[in-house]
Amino acid sequence: MAGKYLQREFWPRFRRNRLALSGLVLVAVLFLVSLLAPWLAPYDPNFIDINAILMPPSSSHLMGTDSLGRDVFSRIIYGARISLKVGFVAVGLATLIGVVLGAVAGYYGGWVDNLLMRLVDLMLCFPTFFLILAVIAVLEPSIWNIMVIIGLTSWMGVARLVRAEFLSLKEREFIQAARALGAKDGRIIFRHLLPNALAPVMVSATLGVAGAILTESALSFLGLGVQPPTPSWGNILTAGKDNIEIAWWLSVFPGLAILITVLSYNLLGEGIREAIDPRLKE
Amino acid sequence: MAEILLEARKVTKIFPLKTTWTRRLQVAAVTDVSLSLQAGETLGLVGESGCGKSTLGRLLLALLPPTSGEIWFAGRNIFSLSRSELRHLRRQMQIVFQDPYSSLNPRMTIRQILEEPYIIHGLGSKTERRDWVASLLHDVGLPAEALHRYPHEFSGGQRQRLGIARALALKPHLVIADEPVSALDVSVQAQVLNLFNDLKGKMGLTYLFISHDLSVISHVSDRIAVMYLGRLVEVAPRQRYGQRGLHPYTEALLDAVPVADPAFRRPVPRLQGDPPSPVQIPPGCPFHPRCPEAEAICREVVPEFRPVAADHWLSCHRR
Repeated sequence: MAGKYLQREFWPRFRRNRLALSGLVLVAVLFLVSLLAPWLAPYDPNFIDINAILMPPSSSHLMGTDSLGRDVFSRIIYGARISLKVGFVAVGLATLIGVVLGAVAGYYGGWVDNLLMRLVDLMLCFPTFFLILAVIAVLEPSIWNIMVIIGLTSWMGVARLVRAEFLSLKEREFIQAARALGAKDGRIIFRHLLPNALAPVMVSATLGVAGAILTESALSFLGLGVQPPTPSWGNILTAGKDNIEIAWWLSVFPGLAILITVLSYNLLGEGIREAIDPRLKE
Repeated sequence: MAEILLEARKVTKIFPLKTTWTRRLQVAAVTDVSLSLQAGETLGLVGESGCGKSTLGRLLLALLPPTSGEIWFAGRNIFSLSRSELRHLRRQMQIVFQDPYSSLNPRMTIRQILEEPYIIHGLGSKTERRDWVASLLHDVGLPAEALHRYPHEFSGGQRQRLGIARALALKPHLVIADEPVSALDVSVQAQVLNLFNDLKGKMGLTYLFISHDLSVISHVSDRIAVMYLGRLVEVAPRQRYGQRGLHPYTEALLDAVPVADPAFRRPVPRLQGDPPSPVQIPPGCPFHPRCPEAEAICREVVPEFRPVAADHWLSCHRR
């Protein structure tokens, strides 16, 4: 169903946007890197070599080594796995919650809508990052906890988006036609409303991945995220902070990894938005 | 006298706008409308935009609940039915919409759109449904290649044909056409109107044809109902509209129909200004502020909707 639309309308417009295309390529590369990490990494990321502590970048250690003599390049490659996993699971959860609540609020309206939207307002009142910090301080800081908590605190935007789409789509005549044909609520929601509301959700999910990766890095940097020795870009940065006067490579390379990843998701998301928009205006 | 298929009894629909501490704003979209459709006839419903024609159409199909009044279809009060009974009844009454650009789901192919009515009601096997869809396309004069395309690949007139095909899929008795040609070019309008007429003969349909365009209405209708500010002001057979003695509003509408003669000079228009806002309907006869014949009584008393001749009803103190 969507295949023809992608091929005929979406892709030709998307392809013309160089920045979006480079975003897509970078995201694809990141996927491959995390998939092929065991083959790409020259060393075991947790292999400690006390003879090679804090070595600057060289031909044997492309990005140098850390204070325990572990190869930074290998750790960054393995760190990509964490980032990707966190990004997708957290955003997947947030999108699922947001779509369901937004759809219910927009379709049924009335007090259900009122209740759900006040819940959204309430959630938005919390400074999310501190909420996450507080929850992590109580729970165990594990990667699963982090993913779930980021997901549970970032669904509000999606809910609002889906609700707004539903409110405007609901008045369209094809929805009335479905109702006049005797379609039940479930069919109207899943066959008629949702497919027409998903485009902006895709955009916000792509941009959301970037946000989730940033949050995970920040948490790990503070020591409340992924726990050492599991490598994550955030906790490599922590080590970098301690040695910043003598080992610049410990801060620069994980920083660049985060920068490039977030940038490529943002470019991809904006590209999708621009490729969808002209159709929405029509 | 033919069997009555659809009957509205004193139907009123009020939309709340805003309630403040001191007052409550509301729109009376349809007030006290009683109307009946005989099986096999085409009733034209005409009126200016905003007069409640489309709301009435939606009430008659139970797409909106009325504030008061009853609607009877084939001998049953449609608002007393259970949800599943109503869903079942919907097979017999369908609607064609005004805007062919918003009445088809842009993410579904034509086959999916036309197959849906059968799926909803659990009719036919997969192959039977495919056959039915193909013959529907044929009935509305579209090529079979249309099946795998999406709505945006069609012109306005073609889309309207698709809307008609969808409405006819379940072989309904009643079709309400809500301004079905007003979004189309004049040349395409005639084709679509002819399609409506052909299908009526072929399938024995009953139409309620809603339009703001008297020339369209008089082209297709057996009887014509005129609506003003949510009320019916006149219902009469089409032939009656060539004669005098009609409601002053109807006369004004007839005077305003364009004449295809460049030398024709129109007399001073009878109607000045716009209809009053339906939020504040004038007391008495709602038409009195614009009526050239208004008298004292018109400002105070709402005229009764009464028969003045066989099959001719109107509401006016002066007739």
